[in-house]
Amino acid sequence: MQNAREVVFRRLNKRIVLIAVLLLLPFAVDALLGRGWLRIVDFAMLYIMLALGLNIVVGYAGLLDLGYIAFFAVGAYCYALSASPHLAIAFPRLFPDGVHLSIFIVLPVSALLAGGMGVLLGAPTLKLRGDYLAIVTLGFGEIIRIFMNNLNAPLNLTNGPQGISRIDPISIAGISLNATQRIFGFTLPSVHLYFYLFLFFAGLVVFVSQRLERSRIGRAWMAIREDEIAASAMGINTRNLKLLAFAMGAAFGGISGTLFAGFQGFVSPESFSLMESVMVLCMVVLGGMGHIYGVILGGLLLALLPELLRHSVVPVQQALFGKTIIDPESLRMLLFGFALILVMLYRPAGLWPSRVRRRELSSDERPNESA
Amino acid sequence: MEIFLQQIINGLVQGSVYALVALGYTMVYGILGLINFAHGEVVMMGAMVALSALSVMAGLPPLVSLPLSLFLAISVCMALGYGIERIAYRPLRHAPRLAPLITAIGVSIVLQNLAMLIWGRDYHSFPQLFANHAHRIGGAIINDIQIVIVVAAFLMMAGLMLVVHRTRLGRAMRAVAENQHAAQLMGVDVNRVVSITFMIGSALAAVAGVMVSANYGLAHYYMGFLLGLKAFTAAVLGGIGNLRGAMLGGLLLGLIESLGAGYIGDITGGFMGSQYQDVFAFLVLIAVLIFRPSGLLGERLAERA
Repeated sequence: MQNAREVVFRRLNKRIVLIAVLLLLPFAVDALLGRGWLRIVDFAMLYIMLALGLNIVVGYAGLLDLGYIAFFAVGAYCYALSASPHLAIAFPRLFPDGVHLSIFIVLPVSALLAGGMGVLLGAPTLKLRGDYLAIVTLGFGEIIRIFMNNLNAPLNLTNGPQGISRIDPISIAGISLNATQRIFGFTLPSVHLYFYLFLFFAGLVVFVSQRLERSRIGRAWMAIREDEIAASAMGINTRNLKLLAFAMGAAFGGISGTLFAGFQGFVSPESFSLMESVMVLCMVVLGGMGHIYGVILGGLLLALLPELLRHSVVPVQQALFGKTIIDPESLRMLLFGFALILVMLYRPAGLWPSRVRRRELSSDERPNESA
Repeated sequence: MEIFLQQIINGLVQGSVYALVALGYTMVYGILGLINFAHGEVVMMGAMVALSALSVMAGLPPLVSLPLSLFLAISVCMALGYGIERIAYRPLRHAPRLAPLITAIGVSIVLQNLAMLIWGRDYHSFPQLFANHAHRIGGAIINDIQIVIVVAAFLMMAGLMLVVHRTRLGRAMRAVAENQHAAQLMGVDVNRVVSITFMIGSALAAVAGVMVSANYGLAHYYMGFLLGLKAFTAAVLGGIGNLRGAMLGGLLLGLIESLGAGYIGDITGGFMGSQYQDVFAFLVLIAVLIFRPSGLLGERLAERA
């Protein structure tokens, strides 16, 4: 009795400490590294949300989605169109000032829209083998980008490669997150406010993921991942559950996209290239497929890596050779590529794997598949 | 009518290139049940290596420099194909299916960025080595390079069919595709056959890369990505794992794409133009997967336990 209470108490204590650290983090980063880095941390939070969304698809259900960024793009464009003066250009009669909806109306809409697209895309391919899904999602990501690039004529919907700018900043109950606010005597600059907003949503995604993982649905997903035939023999409706995983991952992608558009104030097709999809996939694979904390670690590492490279690679090369031979951007991609290969060869369950996944991937000899 | 004929010719030329690349996908898939994602980058490497070799040998007569650089490109690509299989696929042959797919993506990113480091981000123009005469057929134009591409592609496909169906090696390849373990028991060196398959596919890819860049006069570190994706679509369209299917699928996809790009403006009343050309391949892919997942000539169902 005493023991159980102690355990609960310790766990609660741990949680309180974690929350306190997270709440103080922006002040620490701001004081130690500067405001630029806090902005980078904000972006890292968005990436973590994306990676957690993809983790549902790749990590839990074992479906390789290579066009995940397309759902992010859907969410971003959703908010860009419904909270900017842009539509006034395409339909000046209908919307003389453009459209300016609150983000809390747009969030569920973009989650639904992205989730619906996920279902549409998944339905024809999910009954096939996994490799097809990878290619079709890859193609879908490209199609979305081609459309965003070209839907500026004859009707200017997306403004083409220039993208949509002057997107309304996110505001909550009349408080704009784009300006410094004083709340309870604290002075909170814009980046701090966005950090807390993203922290809230990331926490929400983590919470939902955790609940899912331990639910009937989550167990069914993992059963499908480990052996689809055995899973369906156990009475699991594999097709519907795979669709659900796909839709749910897509919806999370849509939500993060919406937040991204509000934070950045500008979207263009360039932000949604295949390489972004690959980067999010890298976060999931490197961190540990199917393990929430592993994925968070992967997201944090890979979102901060380009900044670290930018601050280290160029000066080092300048000092050694007097010029920049390898630009940090291509070095980053090169490292991603090698990381994917090496992790799969030597640490297939990721840097911080979940226990289930590690057991599953270490059983090397699988039954004869070609027979 | 001239437009129609012209689009048919363009589609045929483009389609023969797709067919060559699709053969690489389909051979590997037939034997290992694996999509070699990095195949498109091998095509790009072939084009880039040939281009560099040509610019180094700019002083030599084209009749010497072209075969030499083609030979060089083929050798480099064969080595690449061998290396890719050895490093990224062979250790994972018995791992869950997700694993080799992820290493394949890794390989393709590495190759792409290596190419960017070596050759830069710029478009490289492919030198014009021979006088490129244009011929008129019923109002449409076809030039020498395009004729050479189509003829060479068909010759190579015929050669590959001969190898697969008439030689000892080909018999071994078919045996491994049918049942790896049984083939091994019959004394077939499975690893060797797989390596050779990758090398043959890569050699075809190298030639295809040179053809594409000669036809468009351009080469670029990013050219392999879209080409690879479309060639994969072609392989699926024909029935993946089936050699004749890959050839048929390649030609068909080339035709669909060029006709689609030529007429999409008329069909949609000017709403969409030829900038949507790249969308067709994916629409074809999705349509095939919905209505005939085994492809046009594939007999086996796509889903294997």
